Amino acid sequence: MADLVPLLKAEHLTMRFGGVVANDDITFTLEEMELRCLIGPNGAGKSTFFKTLTGQLVPTSGAIAFRGQPIAGKLSHEIARMGVGIKTQVPNVFNGLSVRENIWLAVRRKATPRAQGPAVDAVLEMIRLTDHADRIVATLSHGQRQWVEIGMVLAAEPELILLDEPAAGMTDEETLHTAAIIREINKSRAIIVVEHDMEFIRQIAKKVTVFHQGRVLIEDTVDKVMADQRVRDVYLGRKVAA
Amino acid sequence: MPVRFSLVAQAVVVVLAIVAIAVIPNVIELFAMMQLTLFAAMAVLALSLAFIWGFGGILSFGQTAFFGLGGYAYAISAVNFQDSTPSILLAIIIPALFAAILGYFIFFGRISDVYLGVITLTVTLILFNCVNSTSGDEYRIGKALLGGFNGMPAVPTFNVPFYPDQVLSPEQSWWVTGGALLGVFLLLRLLLSLPAGRIVVAVRENEVRASLLGYDPRKVKLLTFILSGAIAGLAGALYVNWGAFVGPTIFSLSLSAEIIIWITVGGLGTLLGPVVGCVLIEYIVAYIGSQQALNSNLVLGAVLVVFVLLLPKGLVPTARDLLMRLVPAPKAKEQLAEEQVPPSAAASHMAGAE
Amino acid sequence: MALYLIVALDVLNGISLLFLLCLGLAIIFGMMKIINLAHGEFIMLGAYATVISANAGVNIWIAMLVVAPLFVGLVGLIIERCLIRFLYGRLVDSMLATWGLSLLIIGIVTTIYGNTQQGVPTPLGGFSIGSYQSSYYTLFLAGMAIAMMALVYGVMRYTRLGLIARATMQNPAMAATLGVNPTRVYMSTFAVGAAVTGLAGGLVAPVSGITPGMGGAYVAKAFMTVVGGGAAMLSGTMSAASLFGAVNQVGAYFTTPVYGEVLVFTAAIVLIRLLPQGISGRFFKGNL
Repeated sequence: MADLVPLLKAEHLTMRFGGVVANDDITFTLEEMELRCLIGPNGAGKSTFFKTLTGQLVPTSGAIAFRGQPIAGKLSHEIARMGVGIKTQVPNVFNGLSVRENIWLAVRRKATPRAQGPAVDAVLEMIRLTDHADRIVATLSHGQRQWVEIGMVLAAEPELILLDEPAAGMTDEETLHTAAIIREINKSRAIIVVEHDMEFIRQIAKKVTVFHQGRVLIEDTVDKVMADQRVRDVYLGRKVAA
Repeated sequence: MPVRFSLVAQAVVVVLAIVAIAVIPNVIELFAMMQLTLFAAMAVLALSLAFIWGFGGILSFGQTAFFGLGGYAYAISAVNFQDSTPSILLAIIIPALFAAILGYFIFFGRISDVYLGVITLTVTLILFNCVNSTSGDEYRIGKALLGGFNGMPAVPTFNVPFYPDQVLSPEQSWWVTGGALLGVFLLLRLLLSLPAGRIVVAVRENEVRASLLGYDPRKVKLLTFILSGAIAGLAGALYVNWGAFVGPTIFSLSLSAEIIIWITVGGLGTLLGPVVGCVLIEYIVAYIGSQQALNSNLVLGAVLVVFVLLLPKGLVPTARDLLMRLVPAPKAKEQLAEEQVPPSAAASHMAGAE
Repeated sequence: MALYLIVALDVLNGISLLFLLCLGLAIIFGMMKIINLAHGEFIMLGAYATVISANAGVNIWIAMLVVAPLFVGLVGLIIERCLIRFLYGRLVDSMLATWGLSLLIIGIVTTIYGNTQQGVPTPLGGFSIGSYQSSYYTLFLAGMAIAMMALVYGVMRYTRLGLIARATMQNPAMAATLGVNPTRVYMSTFAVGAAVTGLAGGLVAPVSGITPGMGGAYVAKAFMTVVGGGAAMLSGTMSAASLFGAVNQVGAYFTTPVYGEVLVFTAAIVLIRLLPQGISGRFFKGNL
C-alpha cells in the first residue's frame, strides 16, 4: 500500500497576492525517484509554486502532501526537516561564512560528528570547490556561489530536491557538469528542476510539466511537450504568438 | 602547524590576562583599581550586546532593561538574604527569564527590523517609568524598599559564597569582576567556535537559507537573546556591587546609547573590540567628568558620528587590517574563528536585506 | 457632564500634541525610510528658538510659528548635507549617526545655555467648565494639528511638489529616470521634516519645561507612534497618535500620569505584535 502514496501531491493549490493569482488551482503529483522538469514563461508561477512547497509562502487554498503528510502552511524548517531541499533562484547562501562552513551547516543535521568531516569533503569534491574550501563565500564568483548552494542542498541529503534554475549564469562546461550531477543524484532521490535552457532540459528530462499563467498547461514526455502547439505558442516559439 | 601555534598563542594570552588581573591591585592605586572594577563590569555589559548584535544580528536598543533587572534583582535579594550568593544567581536568572518571555513574544511573533528596536526601547522605558514611581513605603519587596527615583542605597556587596559575614575587600571585588569579564569573554569565544556558534552566525547571515536547511531561526534567536540577557544581568550585579547602590537611571536610554557607542567604536562583530571601546569611552567620560571645559554628551555624540561616517568598522578590525597589511600573513585562512565572520549582514539586518 | 467634557478635552489635547510632535518624524520616515533619532533634539531646538527669541522681545506667536520652524529647518538642511546624505539605504547606520547627533546637540546646547530650565508663559488665558479649568491654548493646539494635517495633505495631494515627493517615495529609481533629482527631494524632505518638528517644538514651549535633555521624553513616543502607524505618513501617524494619545490621557485619568505612559508603551507593543506592518499597513494601504 505504501507504494501507492506519491512522494509529493499538491491538490487544487491556489496562491493569490492581492488581485494577482500566481498559482491557480494547480494539481501536481510526483512519484518517488522521479525527475521532473518545470518550464514556463516568466511569471508562470514556478517560483511561487516552489515557495509554497518549502513553506516560504502559505497557499491561499489547496493542500500539499509529502509522503501523505500535509505540509501546506508548515514552517520552512519543519518542511526541510521532513526532507525537502531547495536551491532558490537567487543564490541564497551564507555570504559571511567559508565554503566549508556553509556545507557543514547542511551536513550537520544528518551526520554524526565523526562522519561530518568526510561528508563535507565528499560534497566539496562533487561541487569542485575543494581548493576554495576556506574562502569566504562572498568572495566567490556568481557561478561558484551557485555551486555552494547546490552543494548545501545535496549535503542535507533530502528526499526531494527542488532546483530553481540551477544552470543560470553557468558556462557550457559547468552546465554539462550540473546535468551530470543531477542524473547522478536522481539515482537515489526525486528532483524537480525549473529551467529555461531547453538544451539542458533535453539532457536530463523524462517528464515535463508546463506552467502558464499560474496553471498547468500540459504534462507529458519531453518530446511530446516540445512538439505541442500550445507550448510553442506560449513559450517556445514566441514568434508564433507575435 | 599554524593551528597549534594559534592555540598556543591564545593560551598564552589567557594566562597573561589572568596574571594581569591578579597583580593589578599591587601595581595601581586603590582609586584607579576601583575605576577599573567599574569598567570591567561595564565591559561585561558590552559583551552581552556585542554577542547578540555582532554575531546574532539582533540590535537591541534596550539592553539596559536586562542590566537594570539584574541590578535590581541583585539588590533586592541581597537586602533580603543578606548574602550575595543566591543574589548573584537571581541577577542572572531573572533577566534571562524576562528575556525568554520578551524574546518569545518578539521572535515567535515574527517581529523584526525596526520594530524590534521599538519594542526593546519601549520595554526599557516601561521599566524605567515603573521603577521610578515606586517611591513610598508601600513599594517594598520583603525587607527591600524600592525607593523610586532615589534608588536603593547601601546594598550589601559581594561576600565569600555562603559566608555573609566575610564581605569582599575592594581587591577581591576587582578579582571577581575582572575574572567575570575574562570568564564571559572566554565563554562566548568558546561558544562561537562550537557548532552552536556557527549556527547563530548562519542565522544572522541568511535566515531564509538557514530555515530551508532545517534550522529554526526563531529558536536560535531566542536562545541568543536569553544568553545575552543573562550576561547583561550578571553585569548589573557586578555594577551594583561596585557602587553598593542601584537607582532607576540604570534603565536609562543614555546608557543604552553608550553601549551601542562602545561597540561601534571598538568594532562590531568582534568580542575584543567592544571591551576596548567600553574601557576607552568610559575612561574618556570619567576624565571629562573630572573637569568642566567639555560636556560628555558633546564628546560622545561627536565620537559616534565620526565613527559611523569615517570608521564604520571600528578600532579593532581596522587595527587588525592595518597589521595584516604590514605583516603579510603566511596563510590568511588560519585565523581565529571570530575573524572569519565579518558582520556584513549584521549591518544590513535591519534594512531587511533578505 | 463637565467632567466628561474636561476628559474629552484632555484626550483631544493628548492626541493633537502627539500628532504634532510626530509629524516631522513621519515625513522623514515615510519619504526616506530613515529613522531620525535626533528628532527629540529638533523639538528641543524649536523650543529653545522660541523661548530665546520671545525673551529677546520677539512676539510670542512669531517666535513659535515662524522663528522655530525656520531655524530648525535650516539646522535640518545643514545636517542633511553634512551627515544624513552619506547614510541613505543604511537604516542602522543612520539610526546610530542620528543618535550620536542627538547627544551632540544636547551637548552643544548644554554648553551654551547650561542645564537649567527655561520657559515662556502660556499665551491665551483659561476658561472654566463647571468647576474645572482649561486653557484656550489647548484648543489652539488642536486647531494647529488639524491645520497641519490639512496643509500636508493639500501639498502632497494637489501640488506638483507633492506629486514629485509621492513618486520618489514610491519608486526613487523610476522617479530619477523621469528627471526628478532624488538628492534634491531628499534634501528638501529632511529640511521640511525638521521645520515641522521645529514648529512642534515651538508649540510645546509654552506648556513644558525646557531643558537640553527634554527631547528624550519625546523621541521614544514619536518613534513608536510613527512605526506603529506604518508606512502611510498621514493616516498612519494620525491613527496611531489618536490611539496612543487617547490611551495615555484616559489611562492617566484613571490611574497616574506615570501609569498612563506605561499603558501607552504597552499598547504600542501589543499593536506591533498584532499589526507587524503598522496600522496603515493593514487598513490604509497605499494612502498618504
